Amino acid sequence: MKRLSRVFILSLLIAFIFPAGLHADAPEEKGLSIAREIDRRESGYGDSTVKMLMILRNRHGQKSIRKIRIRTLEVKGDGDKSLTIFDSPRDVKGTAFLNFTHKFGDDDQWLYLPALKRVKRISAGNKSGSFMGSEFSYEDIASREVEKYTYRWIRDEMYNGQECFVVERYPVDKKNSGYTRQVTWIDKKEYRLLKVDYYDRKDSLLKTLTFSGYKKYLGRYWRADEMYMVNHQTGKSTKLVFSDYRFGTGLKKRDFTKNSLKRIH
Amino acid sequence: MRQLTLFLPIMFVFVCVAFPSRAFAGEISGYVAAEGRYFFNGPLFSGQKRHDASLALQPEYYHQWGSGSSFTFEPFARVDSADPERTHFDIRELNVLWLGDPWELRIGIGKVFWGVTEFVHLVDIINQTDLVENINGEDKLGQPMINLTVPADWGVIDLFVLPYFRERTFPGHKGRLRSGPEIDADRTLYESPAKEHHIDLAIRYSHTIGDWDFGIYNFNGTGREPTLLLRIGPGGNPFLVPYYEQINQTGLDVQAVKGNWLYKLEAIYRTGQGEGFFADAGGFEYTMTNILSSGMDLGLIGEWAYDERGDKATTAFQNDLMLGLRWALNDAASSNLLVGFIQDLDRHSRALKVKGSRRFGDNWLLSLDAWAFLNVSREDIIYSLRDDDYLQLQVAYYF
Repeated sequence: MKRLSRVFILSLLIAFIFPAGLHADAPEEKGLSIAREIDRRESGYGDSTVKMLMILRNRHGQKSIRKIRIRTLEVKGDGDKSLTIFDSPRDVKGTAFLNFTHKFGDDDQWLYLPALKRVKRISAGNKSGSFMGSEFSYEDIASREVEKYTYRWIRDEMYNGQECFVVERYPVDKKNSGYTRQVTWIDKKEYRLLKVDYYDRKDSLLKTLTFSGYKKYLGRYWRADEMYMVNHQTGKSTKLVFSDYRFGTGLKKRDFTKNSLKRIH
Repeated sequence: MRQLTLFLPIMFVFVCVAFPSRAFAGEISGYVAAEGRYFFNGPLFSGQKRHDASLALQPEYYHQWGSGSSFTFEPFARVDSADPERTHFDIRELNVLWLGDPWELRIGIGKVFWGVTEFVHLVDIINQTDLVENINGEDKLGQPMINLTVPADWGVIDLFVLPYFRERTFPGHKGRLRSGPEIDADRTLYESPAKEHHIDLAIRYSHTIGDWDFGIYNFNGTGREPTLLLRIGPGGNPFLVPYYEQINQTGLDVQAVKGNWLYKLEAIYRTGQGEGFFADAGGFEYTMTNILSSGMDLGLIGEWAYDERGDKATTAFQNDLMLGLRWALNDAASSNLLVGFIQDLDRHSRALKVKGSRRFGDNWLLSLDAWAFLNVSREDIIYSLRDDDYLQLQVAYYF
């Protein structure tokens, strides 16, 4: 008992004399406020559509291309809704992936298979699984909600000639995520994501994602023309090439329902 | 078929009149496929050809107007080397979809799928099974329909008026995977005096609440699953006649997702086909993603199907356990394989099913489909298939 109280007093003393907690909090707070600022700058577009080429390359450089359309609807107070439609390869033409991102808890996901006219619910534990054979996993393509990670600012540094914040983020859903952490480079001027290093569950570098060709839309929203993901462990890569960004196209909630999948083309 | 040939030009004229401008500037897609079926054992019945090869074509024309309304035309044809009954033509889709606010109206020939389970498709009832295509019951004939869909925040209501009935297709005299006494579809019987012109009705309510997807419906009209009546011909030859009763069927399908688990349930209650009966199918699918960091997914499926009619059931799944393994490589070729095992719990019958596909280049798809029927009991509805173990390979070009 005596020894216990001595330990208690000692730890109290340590806590008061070295307020380590306070100092350690600062990088976390800074990381979070950077993430919030990115989110704030990305918000308010309403809805958008974009065409995407997904170029898969194996380690021998053989490539295969998928043509995809993406429709996104901003949801106030929760994560975005998105619809991904495949135009090629032709055998999966009309296949559509519907995703409701949630700030908290698992996302809701459905896959529409046009040959059978069947809508399949996808288990939410698939986060780390490959999205249509690409180097992007489901969690990489999902909408970036602030609440899905905790953050820590690491340092500032120059990247590609731009002043950047380097922020680490840690998935909240540790059980299903394929990563222990992600290191992100964000330019200080416009708060755009320029690079992400993904560390696998053994904390070794798994993938690197780089963004290029940022353009400004509606005088406000920055969108990259290209996203390039390299898997360092397999030598495979996936490049996403975006074109024909449109905003405020009049998409509504009813265009993002299980029922709407049946009229996708 | 005569109905269809009449329906086709009417539909055509209708579309031209209703949507005169740019009615023909749509997109064309589809596939052409060559298929071979290798049967491991010689045929059981005289007249049956051992193997077969066939060609199939399924193009699709689709046009969407600025309003979001659309027109779809999807014919299908197969030419088979062995069985003239498997050489067939069908219109899978020929319909116009009006997109109103907040409703959708589809008029014409269409296709609708309901259900959640992998092995048994119990609640699926709108479209007739195109059984000559595949015994898995997943190929369907086009169904003439008027379908009104009203989506709301509290769920989706679907109303169906089905003015024309499609008979199930059955393999013919020369075909494998058929019943012992042959089915004489020319003598098809109906309970309704209106025969195939009986107007069937269905209403369905479906909704998603959190992790739960569910649907409940009532169907009233000509049963899609015929009772096969045994008749004796003038020469003393037995044959089967399909008899389509007027039924009422209430169905429920539920799916819940919890982490890596998917839970599934389908249940029906049908009256009008003998005594009223209850049947269900349910189970789970557990998916392991990115196994051993290989990028591959492995799914484990366990399902159980039950039919209160027991031996009198018109399906093979009166009390059966099904186990499956779904393997997705997640490679550029979208390689995947499903292995299924079915065990009859009342008898010693079992079956093995293998299904897989792989893409070559951007446009070619190679698919494999195999069935083995093991130790089939004499009382089993699939007893006549006991020697029909087969391996099917299909090469398709998608455009």
